[in-house]
Amino acid sequence: MMMSTITTDTLIEELLLNTTLEISADLQNHLRKLKRISVSKPVIFVGSGTCGHISGAQETLQAISHYLEENKVDAEVVETGCIGMCWAEPLVDIQLPGRSRISYQKVTPDLVTTLLDATLNFNCDQKHILGQYKNDATEPWENIPHMEDLLYFKNQHRRILQHCGKINPYNLEEYIAHGGFKALASTLLSNTPAQVRDTVIKSGLRGRGGGGYLSGKKWEAAALAAGEQKYLICNADESDPGAFMDRAIIEGNPHLLIEGMALAAYAAGTTKSYIYLRSSYELACERILKAINDCKEAGLLGHNILNSGFNLNITIRTGAGAFVCGEETALINSLEGKRGIPRPRPPYPTQQGLFNKPTVVNNVETLANVPGIIAGGAQKYKQAGTEKSPGTKVFAITGKLEKSGLIEVPMGTTLREIIFDIAGGIKKGKAFKAAQIGGPSGSCLVSEHLDTPIEYESLEAIDAIMGSGGLVVVDEDTCMVDLAKFFIDFLQNASCGKCIPCREGTHRMLEILEGITRRPEEGNHKTLDRFKGVMQLEELGRVISETSLCGLGKTAPKPLLSTLKYFSEEFEEHIYERKCRSNICRGLRTYTIDTEACTGCTLCAAKCPENAIIGAPKHPHFIVEDKCNGCGICYEVCKFDAVLLK
Amino acid sequence: MEEKIQQIISSHKGTKREDLIPVLQKVQEEYNHLPEEAIYTISNQLGIPASKVYSIASFYNLFRFQRTGKYHICLCRGTACHLSKSAELLRKLKKELKIEPGQATPGGLFSIETVPCMGACHLSPILRVNKVYYTKVETSRVKTILNTYRNK
Repeated sequence: MMMSTITTDTLIEELLLNTTLEISADLQNHLRKLKRISVSKPVIFVGSGTCGHISGAQETLQAISHYLEENKVDAEVVETGCIGMCWAEPLVDIQLPGRSRISYQKVTPDLVTTLLDATLNFNCDQKHILGQYKNDATEPWENIPHMEDLLYFKNQHRRILQHCGKINPYNLEEYIAHGGFKALASTLLSNTPAQVRDTVIKSGLRGRGGGGYLSGKKWEAAALAAGEQKYLICNADESDPGAFMDRAIIEGNPHLLIEGMALAAYAAGTTKSYIYLRSSYELACERILKAINDCKEAGLLGHNILNSGFNLNITIRTGAGAFVCGEETALINSLEGKRGIPRPRPPYPTQQGLFNKPTVVNNVETLANVPGIIAGGAQKYKQAGTEKSPGTKVFAITGKLEKSGLIEVPMGTTLREIIFDIAGGIKKGKAFKAAQIGGPSGSCLVSEHLDTPIEYESLEAIDAIMGSGGLVVVDEDTCMVDLAKFFIDFLQNASCGKCIPCREGTHRMLEILEGITRRPEEGNHKTLDRFKGVMQLEELGRVISETSLCGLGKTAPKPLLSTLKYFSEEFEEHIYERKCRSNICRGLRTYTIDTEACTGCTLCAAKCPENAIIGAPKHPHFIVEDKCNGCGICYEVCKFDAVLLK
Repeated sequence: MEEKIQQIISSHKGTKREDLIPVLQKVQEEYNHLPEEAIYTISNQLGIPASKVYSIASFYNLFRFQRTGKYHICLCRGTACHLSKSAELLRKLKKELKIEPGQATPGGLFSIETVPCMGACHLSPILRVNKVYYTKVETSRVKTILNTYRNK
């Protein structure tokens, strides 16, 4: 095969720096290849984000390589990031010369042979097909839906995730071919930092990490602050359980983040920047490192970028596993090599941040929005979303949903659209009970909020927060007391211990919740005491919110108080009736033995740690309720399904 | 050990306070945990009191002061996994191995760690033993999984 003479330098020269719009036919052709509008040999794409890896994408990849070698097929294999359809992983896409790219779901290694046999001979495997991508330049497959028309994608508005899962995250050229770095190049060549800030302020871009502060204003504050050395920090310490937006952006399109950082750094007047990456994000780390090195080599990072005189260095720092380091001042302390405890504000980081120098801390998603804003202008950006919350928001939707994954919707989309249109409703047709928005520090939304538009203002009005994008949906089988306890337990562990309201307060809240979910002991935990605890919860929550130093403490009571507000009945049941309607709270479970089904095998009696089961061999057994501790061992060991949960 | 740690520090190209956490990370990578001796060596090399080094290392969840087992079990305790009853899974693990999270079994075969969200919520609950993932794990499978490693 003839090697192309077009290098990355040519691409940069012709696409980014060339002011005349003439592009040579050769380059045109090369771009079509990079964008895979047409391919000269089969290309097999394997969804290899972390979700893909856990679903077994590596094994599928091996099986594919093995197949290609065995059958002597000349094909290109590309590892992509996550397209957001985590529920369908491992995903394998195939693009044959002259044909549209088709996508298969749940491709386990044993399916590889049949699937490739069929597809490489221009037949598709109907059973595992997801859809095909629209491509005007190729012949479409018959009777296969377009990916863009699938309900999952139809209601989304993908800007940041546009290329995630489609392009090769290891290839800088592909990103440039798709229009990447164009915004940075044109900015460096012809715009001042103030103009960039102005555009971003006008676009109304708000911090996607949860704060919702106008990003352009933050940059302005840092740019105008006194001092030579300033810093930009990209907060990628995404530690909310059930949130993986930032990781997917970095794994799927790392160059987008780099371009966003370069633009932000230029606008805020910083030349040194850090990415504070969560410690367990190994794959994301590998991809962003490769992307940074490639950009450096191509002159898109480092000294004198694109001959504009602008310098930027990006250093990766991995976190060390502290939830509180998602808070910007705690993160700064951690970068300085200290314990990750928050600092009192003011002074704000934009005045005195890292090493006491003006510092901008932005979240990954916020920065990933910037290239689009600069390329398309503020007005175009505002076409999506609502007036006060323009743009789109990426959500990681998980929990009891038919389709868990990563989505991007315009601000103002309702919960109903997300859950029922995009995610396909609740698993197994169960009823919707609640949705936790904003992770452990967020609030729960209930069925009355299904039609509330999701944007900063309307969420605030119902005492909820946007958070960073975690959305956990629970069904009717979930115990809300247990869920609240889970969040409080998480926050109590995450509390850094610096200020008393958060350190002690979360501990007390957990204690109260444990009290009402525990099996009552003789003399202790009388109903009145348990009830008093709950009565004090609201007051306790108020004090914690009002007096804590940082965001963690201020929002810590939220999950509990919001659950208490909407599900007080369930709390009361736990307190007065000592009953958990979902049978989740172990301490409140009671078991009985179905005398008809019990064969008297004695297994349960032998295993019971409390000797609470009595009965003669070959005769039905009984459980002495007073002795039973609710452990459920009898339930697990019974071979005849004779032990029942009451 | 001292030499090795010196090597790690010199390869890191920095001896300032802000280099402490990266150095600790690299030392832990090398030794699986942070041995007491390492704390003192790092303290001498970077000129930070040992109490400070320990204070920082003990603040972060990443660092541990005990060796992990030969088979290190990470259990996801994210929200989706919690909804899929990962608490029961943890209880079962604790009961089977008779250890708490953060500890290793006396023979050093197993250790347990709970982690917040691995990010594959559609497969919850998730358990990882060294580099192998087990997904949609039911409590009844725990024993079988452990036995495959016990018999290795």
